[in-house]
Amino acid sequence: MHEVSIAQEIIDIVRNYLPDDKDTSVKSVKVAIGEFSSIHAESLKFGYKILTEDTNLQNSLLNIENIPLSVKCHDCGAESILGEPLFFCPVCSGSKVEIISGTEMKVVEIEIYD
Amino acid sequence: MSLITVERKILEKNDELAEQNRMIFARRGIFVMNMVSSPGSGKTSIIERTISMLKDKLRIAVIEGDVQTSLDAERIDALNIPVVQIVTNGSCHLDAPLVRDAFSKFTDDKIDILFIENVGNLVCPAAYDLGEAMKTVIISTTEGDDKPLKYPAMFRNSEVLIINKTDLLPYINCKIDDIIHNAKSINPDLKIFQTSCETQEGISEWCDYLIARSGTNEKKN
Repeated sequence: MHEVSIAQEIIDIVRNYLPDDKDTSVKSVKVAIGEFSSIHAESLKFGYKILTEDTNLQNSLLNIENIPLSVKCHDCGAESILGEPLFFCPVCSGSKVEIISGTEMKVVEIEIYD
Repeated sequence: MSLITVERKILEKNDELAEQNRMIFARRGIFVMNMVSSPGSGKTSIIERTISMLKDKLRIAVIEGDVQTSLDAERIDALNIPVVQIVTNGSCHLDAPLVRDAFSKFTDDKIDILFIENVGNLVCPAAYDLGEAMKTVIISTTEGDDKPLKYPAMFRNSEVLIINKTDLLPYINCKIDDIIHNAKSINPDLKIFQTSCETQEGISEWCDYLIARSGTNEKKN
């Protein structure tokens, strides 16, 4: 899902958090991407690499934490990870399940060299 | 090495503007429906039939979104309904800033229901909040019964599914029950309508739902 423009949004957020000191060197940026977010991790890394070339973020790594799709069942209360996006409770087969994780798209933290 | 904690949503700029849109719509008493589908499923036709059925009962406006042309806006304009066309020039989905800008172009004070016809695309519009009250996803009988399984985010994030072009059923290999079964395995709460813009099948049921869901019948009383 146009990972390049998502990478640009990540870069814009990171730039807001960097100290004004021009010597700041970023080692890595950690993002959390849910499995149900329609974002492809490798494409996102590629987009990040392209957009940071020839910038002060050039050698920084994009670390992607994959968040699995998990649901809570309103029938039996079980919380389960779903291997595929078919929304039934793996414990009781109920269909009243609520997504509790797996749709995240967020910048978590930035690691900088002192 | 130091760690700077960020914890910010990547699409926060869009989400914040979408919330502002939502507040503006609420203040103005406008029910906003985001219509999504693949290209060619019948979004514009369904909006046209809805307008024909409801325009004497409530005030409808439309925001059209397309990569190129204002052909869809021209169709709506021919029905004497306020319409603004967004031409994205390549972007495959609408976003909150585009909708905000388009909405500012309406001169009518009173709108009951605003349809936003999104760019034809079953992937990206699922992720971009426009400030709408809800989404309706449309698939037509010619597209393949497995589409809800292939595009789960869109079906999960919609409240209504319209299965359109039922008039073609005698000529094609489509099993409505399979579409419904697949859709419900993604989102069991989907309200499902079966329609044809040729025969008018299902249009009045959809319109009755729209009046009730939008709360406009209460407003009129």
